[in-house]
Amino acid sequence: MPEVLKAPLVVEFPFTRSLGPVQSAFLTGLRERVVLGVRTADGRTLVPPVEYDPVTSEELSELVEVAATGTVTTWAWNHEPRRGQPLDRPFAWVLVRLDGADTGLLHVLDAPGGPDSVHTGMRVRVRWAGERSGAITDIACFEPHDEATAELAGSDGRFEDLVTGIVAPARLDYTYSPGRAQSAYLHALAERRVVGERCPSCRKVYVPPRGACPTCGVATSERVEVGPRGTVTTYCIVNIKAKNLDIEVPYVYAHIALDGADLALHGRIGGIPYDQVRMGLRVEPVWSDGGGHPDHYRPTGEPDADYETYKELL
Amino acid sequence: MPAPRSAPRPLRDIAVVAFAQTDHRRTSDELSEVEMLMPVLHQVLAQTGLRTSDIGFTCSGSTDYLAGRAFSFTMALDGVGAWPPISESHVEMDGAWALYEAWTKLLTGDADTALVYAYGKSSPGSVRDVLTRQLDPYYVAPLWPDSVALAALQAQALIDAGDTDEPALAAVATRSRAAATDNSHAQLRGSVPHGEYAVRPLRTGDCPPIGDGAAAVILAAGERARELCERPAWIRGIDHRIEAHGLGVRDLTDSPSARLAAERAGAFERPVDTAELHAPFSSQEVVLRKALRLGDDVDVNPSGGALAAHPIMAAGLIRIGEAAARIGRGDSDRALAHATSGPCLQQNLVAVLEGDPR
Repeated sequence: MPEVLKAPLVVEFPFTRSLGPVQSAFLTGLRERVVLGVRTADGRTLVPPVEYDPVTSEELSELVEVAATGTVTTWAWNHEPRRGQPLDRPFAWVLVRLDGADTGLLHVLDAPGGPDSVHTGMRVRVRWAGERSGAITDIACFEPHDEATAELAGSDGRFEDLVTGIVAPARLDYTYSPGRAQSAYLHALAERRVVGERCPSCRKVYVPPRGACPTCGVATSERVEVGPRGTVTTYCIVNIKAKNLDIEVPYVYAHIALDGADLALHGRIGGIPYDQVRMGLRVEPVWSDGGGHPDHYRPTGEPDADYETYKELL
Repeated sequence: MPAPRSAPRPLRDIAVVAFAQTDHRRTSDELSEVEMLMPVLHQVLAQTGLRTSDIGFTCSGSTDYLAGRAFSFTMALDGVGAWPPISESHVEMDGAWALYEAWTKLLTGDADTALVYAYGKSSPGSVRDVLTRQLDPYYVAPLWPDSVALAALQAQALIDAGDTDEPALAAVATRSRAAATDNSHAQLRGSVPHGEYAVRPLRTGDCPPIGDGAAAVILAAGERARELCERPAWIRGIDHRIEAHGLGVRDLTDSPSARLAAERAGAFERPVDTAELHAPFSSQEVVLRKALRLGDDVDVNPSGGALAAHPIMAAGLIRIGEAAARIGRGDSDRALAHATSGPCLQQNLVAVLEGDPR
């Protein structure tokens, strides 16, 4: 079996979210060094605040300030910080019940004394980030604090210039591996060959092969070389230029049934004016350098294929 | 305390009649998802003699975030012969929830058989980081608290409450991997070093192995189940519940959602002899044993559980499958199967399975 193909795959996006009124007030408050909770009908104060009571599902809106000091209710020592986490040196994950709150806020504790200096029940306070934008990371971390409850700023939860949204960058790194069937297909492309796989049950040849027959639900394994020539079964004319695509419009995008294959794959048709492409046109691949799929397909000059020969492959 | 509420009698008798799973491995990069999945699909079909075209309803569980690709489950559909079109659905959750959907479909009478499958390949990415993306995006996900860290917070809360200690957690892990010695599919079997701290107080031994795997189950209703299987595992009740997503709102030492799901599934009406618990971390078994009132006379995770093999999105379905297989073999008459999803046992599903009287 040829070597399994692998390639890095990065999924990265700015996760953009709008905020409801309570979340907006909370995150704006953090920007202003104020911690807000929300009061429930039965008098509990939830920090961080939510817009609906998790017990009664009642809508919540009464904002109350709580102190920037609190008590650790549980903790876990993280000796190896991971990418994106708030501190790049060993720290404790903590749930902190801020003074005046009835619930715990998840954050991190900077504890230079190491795990032996951390315990449930210890007193901590917020360390504010130098630059704050209205995000949970405006709390840089918590730090040990032996003194009494911090004084409140006296905020009523109303601010000028409310934060109405957050952008949370997300990035995940993968190593993509296409599996046995698609690896074999890609290896063959590098040699300018196209291979499909035949279903042992219905005998259809699938290209590109994905290792299974979608009709019979069985593994396909018999490798079959198809093409290189094929027939245009259907097509469309593309009139809008795609970003970062160096192809002049209009151009033709077609379904092409390679000789010996039982379903069509798609590709661009070149070497012929766009308005002369037709169903039944016989084409062959024009390979690009460096392996991979053909750059496009061009007419072979053969007579058009008879409709009867490809009508099942539309 | 009010008396436990009885589970309503289901409208039809529905049973697990076949179960198969892959050998779970750290990596399976020579196989695509559908290539990994297909053998287990063929195994459950072969156990029942059914063909894909005989199946009334198909439902699957998986997640795009493991693959890093949108709509990744559509690729797996090739494995079930989805042409001509079939009646099919998918949940972006563990396959146990796909089984729940299939169960409700069979209850309606729209179908008599269902194929449920689930798969997860964790090897392409960093699963601790991947799972942070299921957290609250406003207050939690920007801190990137990984799955082990959140479980460790729960473990410390249990230790502080006096519910367990580190040696007891180690014993859970040791017992699980010893039980898995007889489970040829398991990834970690026999004696496994308890290891260094991953996130204190959890050591690597308290954490599930990261791996790839798949599982499939066939459900059938009424007499159809008896035709397809010698000793069907009848689903006497099944229910799932969720708790507040804010970790600081919850009592992490308890699992009221698991208890409520168990009550509504009828688990407390009569004792069970076996419990397959989806407890990826040793500390979570402590929570679940308490919440589900499992005494020492109950055989907990005879398969080795999630500490022996944890293909994400399939591990919960495997608990139901293992419980059903144990009933099928005659090793159990009444078993509880549990699945979880989300951080610190946020969501819990409980099924009660029974064999016919012998």
